[in-house]
Amino acid sequence: MKVTIKVNGNQVAAEVADRTLLVHFVRDVANLTATNVGCDSTSCGACTVLLDGKSVKSCTVLAAQADGSEVTTVEGLAGGSGEMHPVQSAFHAEHGLQCGFCTPGMVMAAVSLLAENPSPTEEDVRTALEGNLCRCTGYHNIVRAVLAAAPATSERRSA
Amino acid sequence: MIPAPFTYKRAFSVDEALDLAAQDGDDAKFLAGGHSLLPLMKLRLAVPEVLIDIGRLGELRYVREQDGHIAVGAATSHDELARSALLQSELPLLAHAASQVGDPQVRHRGTIGGSLVHADPAADLPAVALALDVTLVARGPAGTREIAASEFFQSLFETALQPGELLTEIRIPRPDAAGNWAFQKFTKRAIDWAIVGVAVQGGNVALVNMGQTPLRAAAVEQALAAGASPREAAAHAAEGTSPSADINGDARYRQHLARVLVGRALEESRSRA
Repeated sequence: MKVTIKVNGNQVAAEVADRTLLVHFVRDVANLTATNVGCDSTSCGACTVLLDGKSVKSCTVLAAQADGSEVTTVEGLAGGSGEMHPVQSAFHAEHGLQCGFCTPGMVMAAVSLLAENPSPTEEDVRTALEGNLCRCTGYHNIVRAVLAAAPATSERRSA
Repeated sequence: MIPAPFTYKRAFSVDEALDLAAQDGDDAKFLAGGHSLLPLMKLRLAVPEVLIDIGRLGELRYVREQDGHIAVGAATSHDELARSALLQSELPLLAHAASQVGDPQVRHRGTIGGSLVHADPAADLPAVALALDVTLVARGPAGTREIAASEFFQSLFETALQPGELLTEIRIPRPDAAGNWAFQKFTKRAIDWAIVGVAVQGGNVALVNMGQTPLRAAAVEQALAAGASPREAAAHAAEGTSPSADINGDARYRQHLARVLVGRALEESRSRA
């Protein structure tokens, strides 16, 4: 079937098999390979992207279900001139990553959280990231990074 | 993992969804959020030939007051339930339990109707539906009918829905004391299914993952009605249950856990009253 999805602001249209998963559409059709396939079973959150602004696990969404929608991947966060999104900057500054495999999903889950709750407590952050697993167990710095990003993220939104 | 091949069809109304289902018969499945069905399809445990997408039907997404009860559209997401001001004030058990399903990403996609028709006894909302004495509204080739929650869950992954029937609405009576509720579940990781869970609304007590279907803890309810204390009533929590054994615990462990969690839930519910 023909699927058209606005990925990071660009319309991407392709004829794909009906069973194509959103994560494969993003990686293999839109050629955006930052979004990782981890567990492939709705657990680890490595494949988290925003679908119409809300975090979803793209291994458990059909591309067909996203037809006509907007998808944002981690590649779509940086500004036009390449400056990092506040959540990306905070992950960098707080060393919120080790091997980096979970990072794209962690960042997108954090962006979704901050859109819903601009000033989360530490407990809010830990609860909001329950669907994202870090095999390096680097959670402390990830949580610090999200907390550090909160003020800058809400400034950017109101700007 | 990818599902076996199927034909995807999107319905633009409930009427169209029912027509499509009538055309394809047993080979078709309705798809809403897909968070129960797609994982099964990826494991090839479900191999439907046709998926009928009802996930974007606005007519199935609502929470509203209606004729003295609360009506919830079957394609309302867990996230929408958890954020509903009406549910938070009138049915806090449902709003809270929905906020505990899976994780934020799952709650953005998964729907109440999907969870109920999947009829996994380890899922949270089927037991909540039992505790709230909900009525399930189904539309099919023979028209619309209402099914009591007590009749709906028939076996593991099996409900009273007939082929071609679509769950459209969950009707929830207003509890006598809406504030008299509790929800407890025990998991190893936050995102896991409950090893055992308990939903309490007033004198109704329902159990997650204690048998082939979600269950009402009848012996606990009878003890409460006879004036037993939470601790005394909770001692009956495992009566009439036959929980499965798996990597998370054997049947005896689950029965012990049921007694502990029912005791905690009854205390919690009482503390809110």
